[in-house]
Amino acid sequence: MQLTLTSQQNIENLRLILATDVGSTTTKARLFKKMENGEYRFISSGEAPTTVEKPFEDVTVGLKNAIREIEELSGYKLLAESTETSILMPFNGRDAGVDLYVSTSSAGGGLQMIVAGVVKTMTTESSERAALGAGAIIMDSLSIDDGIPLHKKIEKLRFLRPDMILLAGGTDGGTKTHVLEMAEVIRAAEPKPRFGVSYRLPVVFAGNKVAAPDIVSMLSEKFFVKVTENIRPVLEIENVEPARNIIHEIFMEHVMSHAPGYEKLVKLVSVPVMPTPAGEGKMMRTIAEAYGINVLGVGLGGATTNIYSVYEGKFVRSVSANLGMSYSIGNVLKSAGVKNIVRWLPFEINESELYDRVGNKMIRPTTIPQTLEDLMIEHAIAREAIRLGFQHHKSLARELKGVHRERTISDVFEQEVKETYIDMKKINMIIGTGGLLSHTPRRQQAALILIDAFQAEGVVRLTVDSAFMMPHLGVLSTVHPRAALEVLEKDCLVRLGTAVVFSGTSEKDKIIGHVQLKTGSETYSLDVRYGELYCIPIGLNVKANLQAKPESDFDVGVGKGKTVSATLDGGVVGVIIDGRGRPLTLPEEPDERKRLLLKWFSAINAYPLKVGEEI
Amino acid sequence: MSTTYSTHAYTPGLRVCWCTSVRKERRLPLPGEVLVRKGQTVSQDQIVARTEVPGEVQIVNAASLLEIEPEELERCMLKKVGEMVEKDEIIAFRKGFFGLTKKYVKSPIRGKIEYFSGTTGNVSIRAEPTKIEIDAYIPGNVVETLSNEAVVIETKAALIEGIFGIGGERKGEIYIGVEDPSEEISPENVNERCRGKIVVGGSTASFEAIKRAADFGARGLIVGGLEFKQIKEILGYEIGVAITGHENLSLTIILTEGFGRLEMAKKTFNILKTFEGYNASINGATQIRAGVIRPEIIIPLQKEECREEAEILSSSLKPGTKVRVIRHPYFGCLGRVVDLPIEIDCVEAECQVRVAVVELQNGRKVKVPRANIELFDW
Repeated sequence: MQLTLTSQQNIENLRLILATDVGSTTTKARLFKKMENGEYRFISSGEAPTTVEKPFEDVTVGLKNAIREIEELSGYKLLAESTETSILMPFNGRDAGVDLYVSTSSAGGGLQMIVAGVVKTMTTESSERAALGAGAIIMDSLSIDDGIPLHKKIEKLRFLRPDMILLAGGTDGGTKTHVLEMAEVIRAAEPKPRFGVSYRLPVVFAGNKVAAPDIVSMLSEKFFVKVTENIRPVLEIENVEPARNIIHEIFMEHVMSHAPGYEKLVKLVSVPVMPTPAGEGKMMRTIAEAYGINVLGVGLGGATTNIYSVYEGKFVRSVSANLGMSYSIGNVLKSAGVKNIVRWLPFEINESELYDRVGNKMIRPTTIPQTLEDLMIEHAIAREAIRLGFQHHKSLARELKGVHRERTISDVFEQEVKETYIDMKKINMIIGTGGLLSHTPRRQQAALILIDAFQAEGVVRLTVDSAFMMPHLGVLSTVHPRAALEVLEKDCLVRLGTAVVFSGTSEKDKIIGHVQLKTGSETYSLDVRYGELYCIPIGLNVKANLQAKPESDFDVGVGKGKTVSATLDGGVVGVIIDGRGRPLTLPEEPDERKRLLLKWFSAINAYPLKVGEEI
Repeated sequence: MSTTYSTHAYTPGLRVCWCTSVRKERRLPLPGEVLVRKGQTVSQDQIVARTEVPGEVQIVNAASLLEIEPEELERCMLKKVGEMVEKDEIIAFRKGFFGLTKKYVKSPIRGKIEYFSGTTGNVSIRAEPTKIEIDAYIPGNVVETLSNEAVVIETKAALIEGIFGIGGERKGEIYIGVEDPSEEISPENVNERCRGKIVVGGSTASFEAIKRAADFGARGLIVGGLEFKQIKEILGYEIGVAITGHENLSLTIILTEGFGRLEMAKKTFNILKTFEGYNASINGATQIRAGVIRPEIIIPLQKEECREEAEILSSSLKPGTKVRVIRHPYFGCLGRVVDLPIEIDCVEAECQVRVAVVELQNGRKVKVPRANIELFDW
């Protein structure tokens, strides 16, 4: 049911809003309500396994199950009496129906793309940013100058089954030879679409506009070609938005329609379904813009790990397609190695046992940890998935200066020598979302996972998505931005607190600085020892004045030995003083490492155990 | 404690049936020719469709080899688009200064001129197509033909869906290698009698037993579980995501329960034992993602051999439902649901979840997150 939202008045009159995310593992439904004071609030949630499997093979079955949970918990009747899933609309003002239904989705493996350009570090990299920003997973990227012979490129492409190809290359009016050469490769390889053999694979051309007619005539016979504005009209400008928009359009029209049950979902929603990462990314940008800060975010999902950065106005999303907490959990173990996982565990585990537990989670992706030991294993793996995902992100977040979409020639050359432009000491907020981070039994666990995985530095606020609703709010913001922001503020972002991190290395137990925190009523003062973690209970909505004086070889964000004075926000966890040093290293000796981990967990009350207690 | 009558938020289990209608779609990777018609009876090995996959392409930068501008290429071409050329045959030629120098471009492969460009100066030559044929995989009736792409074959069969497998489609007789589903198949029990067979172990198999099965020419091995690390030993590399089926193995391996040493469910074992000596079609292909594919064991049956039963998988979870626990600490245990409390509960890990109270086969009642059980008819 595509709704006609013609006027602002119609939008303001939305009283009850249902939003869902049909994820790769779980379908999550959220219900938002306009309260008597006119403010929008989150009121209920329901979740159920996504039903792409037999015997259902229809995503609307899982959708119905998730919505039914909301019905049971909220008392509102949302589903129409029918064998097919159908949402009651509009809201009757009392106990049934909703005025708006929106959804995001990453089921069906999300949007899988191939990008192709001419120069690897220029058009191909821009294409990657456009595709990733649109919420895609990049299966492969090809460039004329990537050193792979043409016939090998063709061979690689032939066996891929993407949902779409993005082709770019050349500045407007410049030489068209190279981008046509890349089109020849695509034509020769003729990759087939992932779903169905009967429809033509979409190719988005966002290159030299002079080459567009040649591209169309070369590819139209075998592909569905859509031409859009050049991603690099001139060398100094990156213009990714038109390509992103076309990708979204094609995702809706061509890709979604081929996943099981999607044709039904598409009919149910009031506005077009958005890819989950695009919804999530939209909210990360909204937060950075609303507070005027640098934000680093992670969407830790079942199949993928999305990292978002909004740094000095530049938005970059990266996705590590095979790092996740369920479907791809085996790949985290494989990529990180047993040693890197085990280093975060305060207990012994036999290597085979660890492999089996990870393998069983991979093949039963919807299960959740029942024991403390299982929970800690998942948290250890989460740290490694984020760490590896962030490593990948840094390779994409490489611009140095300039406003978003604009890059100078000097940036292009400079970026080749710098790993990333992200300086952790300048990150103001870290946001965690995704099933695991939103649902940690204690919020302390999420705070510590984020600090450890990103190796946070300086003074940084920590937040998590309370009940995994950022994608929902992202798609809602396309219809009703005020409602999305109000729910974000009041119900979505959980303020965990602030981390104050001492970067540097020293000897165990040596004093590396001094911290004083003053609230209206209390003063906390402590000497920070190397290797220690502290938690000061500055609660939610409480501000504290910080004075952090590091020793000469330590840095709290403004330079070695320099004192930081700032006003901090408390939170449900409090203010975490991290004296463990950076880079964070754990002892090699197992017993010592376990003791230390237990001490840290105990310091912030992360798990239901005391120092030295065996699990 | 209030109790719900039934719930819908649960994991659908794997199918294990004495007899059911099995439909298999046999789809070509590219449109081609369907060789059977609707209503026709086919045998397991009968070819039902075929197609040709376009050959590989070689691109030659002819303009640069001829030392000309790309736009001059057309007049130097000796072959037209669509024309066949032999390997090393001259496809473009240019006479140099006063005819003193001659430049040639030879085709690197046997194939057809597909395309040449006056902009890039490239010529692409496509090799001859490769023929692909697909067989029926299961004996039965053709119930549907989908234009020039696919055939659907239906048969009555016993069906067992596994949880994980490696290796592709295989056919062979069922051979039981153990007395009991809790027993590990020993290397000594894998011998010459396994040749060409699908060998059924019990709880697990050692690497030595698997190796012997491969050496003796077994076509498949079905066990309750294997250590996840063993998969690396078998394949020579680690699996990161459960997308399998294309491994280069001489035998297909299917796990019915999961990773670790796990007793095969009695019903699964009994079906396999009952139909020992029957011809089966198996496939280890697993894809635990979009369009989920589980490994399968299909044992085609005659109509009179069928033992119809009600399937529980499409029903909802309610007290009395038979389930299997699929997560530590009760991983692999079978039982019946005795209660489904409506309130959110707290388990050891402090996760706030909806739980089910399950009475395990040993009589013990345990509280398990609902997400950690699957409907399973044991």
